[in-house]
Amino acid sequence: MEGNIAEMGQFIGAGLAAIGSGASAIGVGHVAGNFLSGALRNPSAAPGQTATLFIGIAFAEALGIFSFLVALLLMFAV
Amino acid sequence: MASETHSGQGSGLEIHPMDQFIVRPVFGDGPVGMFTVTNVTLWMAVSVLAIVLLLIVGTSRRAIVPSRSQSLAELAYGFVYKMIEDVTGKDGLKYFPYIMTLFMFVLFSNVVGLVPTAFTTTSHIAVTGVLAVAVFLAVTILGFVKNGVGFLGLFWVSSAPLVLRPVLALIELISYFVRPVSHSIRLAGNMMAGHAVLKVFAGFAASALIAPFAIGAITAMYALELLVACIQAYVFTILTCVYLKDALHPSH
Amino acid sequence: MASETQAPVSSCVDAGGGAIGMPQLCPDWMGNQIFWLVVTLVVIFLILSKVALPRIAAVLAERQGRITNDIAVAEDLRQKARDAEAAYEKALAEAKAEAGRIVAEAKDEMQAEMDVEIAKADAEIAAQAAESEKKIAEIREGALDAVKDVAMDTVPDIVAAMGGKADAKSVKTAVNERMKG
Repeated sequence: MEGNIAEMGQFIGAGLAAIGSGASAIGVGHVAGNFLSGALRNPSAAPGQTATLFIGIAFAEALGIFSFLVALLLMFAV
Repeated sequence: MASETHSGQGSGLEIHPMDQFIVRPVFGDGPVGMFTVTNVTLWMAVSVLAIVLLLIVGTSRRAIVPSRSQSLAELAYGFVYKMIEDVTGKDGLKYFPYIMTLFMFVLFSNVVGLVPTAFTTTSHIAVTGVLAVAVFLAVTILGFVKNGVGFLGLFWVSSAPLVLRPVLALIELISYFVRPVSHSIRLAGNMMAGHAVLKVFAGFAASALIAPFAIGAITAMYALELLVACIQAYVFTILTCVYLKDALHPSH
Repeated sequence: MASETQAPVSSCVDAGGGAIGMPQLCPDWMGNQIFWLVVTLVVIFLILSKVALPRIAAVLAERQGRITNDIAVAEDLRQKARDAEAAYEKALAEAKAEAGRIVAEAKDEMQAEMDVEIAKADAEIAAQAAESEKKIAEIREGALDAVKDVAMDTVPDIVAAMGGKADAKSVKTAVNERMKG
């Protein structure tokens, strides 16, 4: 298992950055879960807010995608 | 470093998740110039063809009682129309053809890109970047044309305490200029991630021991990717609508 | 894809046809992608704004117009049906009233006729009853006389048979006395 230490750093960094994807998954779940609990309390208001739901999910997910991108950059582009 | 991924890492698996994103000429093996017909051209043409099939050939009968393809076309039309009306308001409907163009292009590029061995044009940051920057510039120029200097009120949060307003203005300004970045990377990143994951599982399928799991995972991921393809097209369009609303009604 | 022996000439592809780094970040291809993207977008925009969207909008408007029209026609027809029903109800009520009136009239007429007939019949019956009574009285008178005659005839025979003798005069008084009692 010989290799250079910079490469090891890249892969470790990529792995650490990938944690951010999991964090964004938590965020997305939070958005969707809160939407669902609100929708169950007041189902009549839910259809009007699906657009907001998707925007919220998109924002939460974008940050996860950023960290995924950092991981990819470390893996392939550095 | 591609050289490491190509050496197989001693595991016996040949996984090249990024090779599917290579742009190559369709005819011959020359260098890729500005006007070379490449797989980008090919798959963009395929999505144009699919759009023509759905929206023109599908509606050619102009039936009062719609056929299946015509009702799909009407569904897409009504979907985008209602989205603009809900998010932007009635005065946003002037820009319906532009937003519909964006939606149709992104949706069909995403879905056509899921065909096995296809090239996903929207997985490239160059493509989505152009889309996002075009939206950003159009919205910004439109905002200044419609509201003049009043468009800057978008950054001046008048409901906040006076002390906080410069700070908030700075934050709003930064978030405004991050918009095209997140707008483009969200789409490209989602597409790239999905396809790369599919490729990784496909690489796992080469090993007989885990092949059943890998194939099951590919199936599940493919279904998820189909969903993501549609949702990302929706998100891209609805964010465009939101930005357009900010340009038309900048007051918070 | 990696199996291609002839690698595309690019700084982002290695000799084996594999990608060097992320293909998304390769500057060699961006011009090509942007050019074809712009072409595609213009084509889609022209297709949509010139053909597809006006057509779909026309179809939707036509359908909406047809639905509105059909609803109006249906409303009209319903109004007509309602009018017809009202006219029918009115005619029915009128006919019922007329029938009731005719029935009442006929009843009155019959009642009057019946009263006259009953009175006539009563009178006739009374006359007949009186006559019958007279006749009965006559017959009773006749019967009494006949009994007296028979008694007059039979009494001397009975008396003779019992060994007595009866003269006509005593027999007559005895019979008269008996008959009175």
